[in-house]
Amino acid sequence: MTDVQALLARVPYCVWLGVGARVEDGAVILDLPFDDKLIGNPILPALHGGVAGSLLETAALVQILFETSASAMPRTVDITIDYLRSARAAPSHARAHLVRQGRRVVSARAQMWQEDAAKPVADFRGHFLLG
Amino acid sequence: MTDPTDFWREAMRRGMGQTAFLRALGGELLEFEAGRGRIRLPFQDHLVGDPATGVIHGGVLTALLDQACGMAIGSALRSPAAMATLDLRIDYMKPAAPRLDVLVESQCLKIAHEVAFARATAFQTAPDEPVAIATGTFMLTRLDANAVRP
Repeated sequence: MTDVQALLARVPYCVWLGVGARVEDGAVILDLPFDDKLIGNPILPALHGGVAGSLLETAALVQILFETSASAMPRTVDITIDYLRSARAAPSHARAHLVRQGRRVVSARAQMWQEDAAKPVADFRGHFLLG
Repeated sequence: MTDPTDFWREAMRRGMGQTAFLRALGGELLEFEAGRGRIRLPFQDHLVGDPATGVIHGGVLTALLDQACGMAIGSALRSPAAMATLDLRIDYMKPAAPRLDVLVESQCLKIAHEVAFARATAFQTAPDEPVAIATGTFMLTRLDANAVRP
């Protein structure tokens, strides 16, 4: 089983963002504390769409490494992000699940939320090449 | 006297260039004009997503592509409106080469009353060798009191 915290600690971009990880019921949950640098819209204020994208793609990659025997970082083929609500200046969380795992490609989905897991701020799906 | 349209467009251009997350990533706004946007992102070690290869994280490209699509639309608007990304689709054509700058060019495709569409390309050496391409859809909230349909 992959040590998800150690995994994230080796990824410079995740360290810079401030992403933390924990495991709950066999799924990795990522936690991103709020920071001023994450702002995309200062008027609302709201997190940048790229912050949501970064957290969601990371959630999918970490879940793949956690669940499969992949040793190298999977390669992202394509992603789609639906922005459901504006992400406020608050802590964010994300969780992914694998929709289908083939020998070469994995299809994954992920959601990001803030205060309430039942009210996701963004929904993500993507394809990833293994190895 | 300055055209008020120029005034808010200039304010939007300045606002886009000062977006906290774009600045934190190290991105520079190169172009914001008439439905086109351009951003340069110099390579920096903290952008790396795969320590084994030195390739930057996909989320960095997502941020640049989202921002660039917003710039293309913002610079094409004829009256003030707030924008929010509705969805973004990104195809990763090839891994970004480590230690090279990333350039993103965007183009507004259509502005309707409530939604707008844009696409953007991220590349390093040549625009016809993209690292990633994106299509974005944005919601518009018209800010002028007597907003007219374009």
